[in-house]
Amino acid sequence: MYSQALNTRDTSTDSSPEAIRFQARIDDEQRIEPNDWMPEAYRRTLIRQISQHAHSEIVGMLPEGNWITRAPSLRRKAALLAKVQDEGGHGLYLYSAAETLGVAREDLEDQLLSGRAKYSSIFNYPTLSWADIGTIGWLVDGAAIMNQIPLCRCSYGPYARAMIRVCREESFHQRQGYEIVLTLCRGTTEQKAMAQDALDRWWWPCLMMFGPPDTDSLHSDTSMRWKIKRFSNDGLRQKFVDATVPQGHFLGLTFPDPELRFDETEGHWQFGAIDWDEFRAVLSGNGPCNRERLEARRKAHDDGAWVREAALAHAAKQRKTA
Amino acid sequence: MNTPLWEVFVRTRNGLAHKHAGSVHAADATMALQAARDVYTRRGEGLSLWVVPSNAIVASDPADRDMLFEPTGSKIYRHPTFYEVPDEVGHM
Repeated sequence: MYSQALNTRDTSTDSSPEAIRFQARIDDEQRIEPNDWMPEAYRRTLIRQISQHAHSEIVGMLPEGNWITRAPSLRRKAALLAKVQDEGGHGLYLYSAAETLGVAREDLEDQLLSGRAKYSSIFNYPTLSWADIGTIGWLVDGAAIMNQIPLCRCSYGPYARAMIRVCREESFHQRQGYEIVLTLCRGTTEQKAMAQDALDRWWWPCLMMFGPPDTDSLHSDTSMRWKIKRFSNDGLRQKFVDATVPQGHFLGLTFPDPELRFDETEGHWQFGAIDWDEFRAVLSGNGPCNRERLEARRKAHDDGAWVREAALAHAAKQRKTA
Repeated sequence: MNTPLWEVFVRTRNGLAHKHAGSVHAADATMALQAARDVYTRRGEGLSLWVVPSNAIVASDPADRDMLFEPTGSKIYRHPTFYEVPDEVGHM
């Protein structure tokens, strides 16, 4: 569903002939492929970013999975099930891309389950009502698409190709979410109030999905130079706000930001200050659902251990008798 | 023991070749095919799947690229445009 700009600072400046050739290939918009020479820091940055992105997809299945059994109709249930299956698929495309850099998926999973790896802050918020499912599709997937479209042109070939598949599938997610919110907004007063409540709770966390403001973002420079990242956090955030505010107004909803106003001269929607303390608290493990999410992942992993072992034992036995 | 890695190839339509799509982890070939179906063909993208153990693939080294592929660069006579055919003859 989405990656967050959580990279750590890398100040290495490599001036070896390989590094200069590597940068020249990047500048020439060539794609870097798994066996090509690459700076160690480029490899590390990508492993971190792609695996965090994969973890986000996998953890992102949990808040929505919460509502599959309680979807209000068969149509909604089938769509939500398909969406959650897509998130699982997206996580797997991304683990597959990360593995081309020489890491084992088991190690990446271990980093998630042990709490060493990060994933998107947004999935540490609870889904309290059915309206949250619509709002997640509309806003969270909408924000994810804004982030992911530029990644389709990322300099690392396997990541870019995985993102093309993800983006192709993600647009269904956003549309089904908007349709849910639209239906609620055209429904009873109580239903519309549910939609408003969901927007009130999700709006600010969605704006945080784009990562810290450019003024405090470590590392963007290196990622930009390597064309892993092509737009700044603030640039993408503004693009998202500009696209989303009119969609919300069409629904007749009010954004929970008294400072939101359209700037005629700039042609952009101006928004109020984001509470970055909340963002940092959620990232460092103190969001409403951090513990619950990791516990759910660990339980799934542990409960599935016997299946993995049995499958391997069966395969070994088949080989022996073959 | 880690679950083996398989490369997945999908043939999308009649007449097209199988194309690399990504990889899956699976204990054996049957489960690899099932996983590949679930991961890479959720929207009718495929008419046929291949799964190949990743360690069975032999790849050329990018460092050998020039040695392998550069020699054809000068062999322009392998292309049809190298040859002149008068306009009067028409399309050939």
